[in-house]
Amino acid sequence: MSNLRKSLSSMSASLVAILAGLVAGFVILLFSNPANAGKGLLTILIGGWNNGMKGVGQVLYYATPIIMTGLAVGFAFKTGMFNIGATGQLMVGGFVSIYVGVTWTFLPGALHWIVALLMGMLAGMAWGMIVGVFKALLNVHEVITSIMLNYIALYGINYLVKNSNLFDSLRNQTVNVAATAVIPKAGLDKIFYITKGRLNDVSSVNAGILIAIALAILMYILLNKTTFGFELKACGYNRHASRYAGISENRAIITSMAIAGGLSGIAGALMYLAPASGLHIHMEEVLAAQGFTGIAVALLGMSNPIGIIFSGLFIAHITVGGFYLQSLKYMKEIIEVIIGLIIYFSAFSLLVRDLIAKAGKRRAKKGNQPSKQEAVS
Amino acid sequence: MSDYIIEMLNITKDFPGIRANDNITLQLRRGEIHALLGENGAGKSTLMSILFGLYQAEEGEIRKDGKPVQVRDPNDANALGIGMVHQHFKLVHNFTVLENIVLGMETTQHGMLRMEEARQKVMALSQQYGLLIKPDALIEDITVGMQQRVEILKMLYRDNEILIFDEPTAVLTPQEIDELMRIMRSLAAEGKSILFITHKLAEIMAVADRCTVLRKGKYIGTVDVKSSSPQELAEMMVGRKVDFKIDKEPAQPGESALRVRGLSVEGSHGDKKAVNNVSFDVHKGEIVCIAGIDGNGQSELVYAITGLLPSTGEIKLNDAAIDHQPIRKRNTAGLAHIPEDRHKHGLVLDYDLQQNLSLKRYKTEEMQRRGLIRFDKVRAYAEELIDRFDIRSGQGPVTSARSMSGGNQQKAIIAREIDINPEVLIAVQPTRGLDVGAMLYIHEQLVRVRDEGKAILLISLELDEVFQLADRILVIYEGEIVAELDPKQTTPQELGLYMSGSKRQEVHA
Repeated sequence: MSNLRKSLSSMSASLVAILAGLVAGFVILLFSNPANAGKGLLTILIGGWNNGMKGVGQVLYYATPIIMTGLAVGFAFKTGMFNIGATGQLMVGGFVSIYVGVTWTFLPGALHWIVALLMGMLAGMAWGMIVGVFKALLNVHEVITSIMLNYIALYGINYLVKNSNLFDSLRNQTVNVAATAVIPKAGLDKIFYITKGRLNDVSSVNAGILIAIALAILMYILLNKTTFGFELKACGYNRHASRYAGISENRAIITSMAIAGGLSGIAGALMYLAPASGLHIHMEEVLAAQGFTGIAVALLGMSNPIGIIFSGLFIAHITVGGFYLQSLKYMKEIIEVIIGLIIYFSAFSLLVRDLIAKAGKRRAKKGNQPSKQEAVS
Repeated sequence: MSDYIIEMLNITKDFPGIRANDNITLQLRRGEIHALLGENGAGKSTLMSILFGLYQAEEGEIRKDGKPVQVRDPNDANALGIGMVHQHFKLVHNFTVLENIVLGMETTQHGMLRMEEARQKVMALSQQYGLLIKPDALIEDITVGMQQRVEILKMLYRDNEILIFDEPTAVLTPQEIDELMRIMRSLAAEGKSILFITHKLAEIMAVADRCTVLRKGKYIGTVDVKSSSPQELAEMMVGRKVDFKIDKEPAQPGESALRVRGLSVEGSHGDKKAVNNVSFDVHKGEIVCIAGIDGNGQSELVYAITGLLPSTGEIKLNDAAIDHQPIRKRNTAGLAHIPEDRHKHGLVLDYDLQQNLSLKRYKTEEMQRRGLIRFDKVRAYAEELIDRFDIRSGQGPVTSARSMSGGNQQKAIIAREIDINPEVLIAVQPTRGLDVGAMLYIHEQLVRVRDEGKAILLISLELDEVFQLADRILVIYEGEIVAELDPKQTTPQELGLYMSGSKRQEVHA
């Protein structure tokens, strides 16, 4: 089968999974407030468009970190590793970029945010690399190491922030980064806004979404066009055969986890290099949700970097749609449940793909044609 | 009552891109030994999997005693009295023989195991059919031959009447094969009906009453073995006249290409060395064959030479020490390896054919530029190999390796390994599970590589292959080389004695 057909079958599987998720979400809507259920489903489906171009901008804004963590999970998965530690890598990356954003004010303005972003990436890489080193040299399973490192990151950062000049004790969060360290708007504020009276209500979207899309394309090229990607995927599919062919499995594991960590680190930097009105690291005992959402994004996107752009946008879309559900008198918790359900069902896309393949075979059998083409899916 | 205990009528089964069984009919008489003969990919395994309930046929029906039946899963098969000895035994290694036999059919009282009854039944069956076992020994401690008898007893314990043997002689010594033939005859004499899947004609001639031949998924015919000949069966199987012997000139050994001295590999359980102080040479222009029963250190010896397992001792390739080199260095120094397990080591099954063919070449100047793979070159190279080695697949270079037949997967590996133009080619069971046609082809290729002055180390469990190809035979037993033999001056029986450890000689490299 051609690659195009393969992608089409993957895509239709993802769409069917999404549809199933929406049906499940609708059932919950019916139970909690039947009168508004239809309107509620519509609100979720419309997503960002509920609020014009600003809403669309918000979708892009929420999509940015989860596309990055989706890439982090998907990339590691292609190498045969389950990176459940995206959230820890994200927080470490975010923390280091905040540190640079607050303290390295000696940097010239145009460079400041770039350096902060790169340092966040390096921190995430180091955090991810620990997982790879433990797996490669000591054969410790990556899930164990990354779960533990998630908590080490959470509490370690809380400790470091509280005992440094990064702590805003009034708001129990990190202080604002310097204005030069904020991710620039790159002209997106000229597109994504709505006019309220005489003022423009501007969306939070910034250059981060462009960076995320560019990195997704870069990851696609790395995985599919380079000898390096060839080796990484070979290790993911069959590490014995890779070793036999002379590929260093240990090196592949460590580098792929470092790259995955770097992608998560960038996610953190893009989240927290924000203006005063934007995100800060709160001193709470909660792991960043964007890290886990990345798993769903990667699954829905079938670990394909280009697919991950779209699945990230979709999940951001329904998340933003969920915000507007509150105007229909749905409780915030119910909205979380519905969004969670849709994401959960979406992750079934692999299962759906198999079902579609089977149905195709059955159809082919009924017809008199030999099933040569259609059964292959 | 019908003449036939089991009938598979007009069975058709499709897989993606291929019709594995095309209108196949197989009728098994009560109390007969019925051989099922066919090349690799002919559809034997698929047909048996349908009978055993692992696959569902698209068309056709199965009849037991003349009545149509449904076999949806192996439990249905078991209820119909169908039992199977798989090529790779399905035994729990740290359970005893008795526990393995009763597993899934335990006799219990108030939820507690009652092994005594089971033991009596097993021992009675063992005596009735002359199946010698040690009921309380652990599976991992008994010989392969006894493991096979345990598998047979498992079927008898379940009162199966139809016994399927899938390539049962592949792992046995000549002496054990004779024993198995005797057991099969006694089972048939007691009224059991036997389906015997094989590609060894001599065994069919020795034991089978009738033989059904498949070729490329199609039914070719069923013949009475007594009124047939190996030549006729081979022709039916391959579809043309076959010549069993390949032309092979006497070897012209040159200088040593692979030199192994005092090589040892630790065993996986830490008690005994898997390879113990082994020394030998393989010279340019000769095929040295390591003969032995499976599990006597052959795999570990190969892994040590190729770098997949750590070892102590000296390994030299054309006088350069390679024993501390990483795997890729050994490969580029001129070591090629046709691995024992083509799915584990030989192929990345989720990669397509062209990616697999370039698995050891993607880093060469020709195939990449600044780290970017040159897909046009990869494809052109794959097309060339496909053409030259006649590798058949559904979609050419972009066929998923997983969807290819075993024979063509093996051809792809052999094409890749021969084409890197090695100094030393290590071939481990290169024809395992392959049909006569593919086997002959691979043998010819190996001889051709030898005649080009390359050194070949062949590891084989099949004595036919050993005698066909070897210029020199080294016998391995429990990790040690126990004999060096000239194939022209020895017999399979004598070789069997060395392989089973009953005889040994002093060997000096």
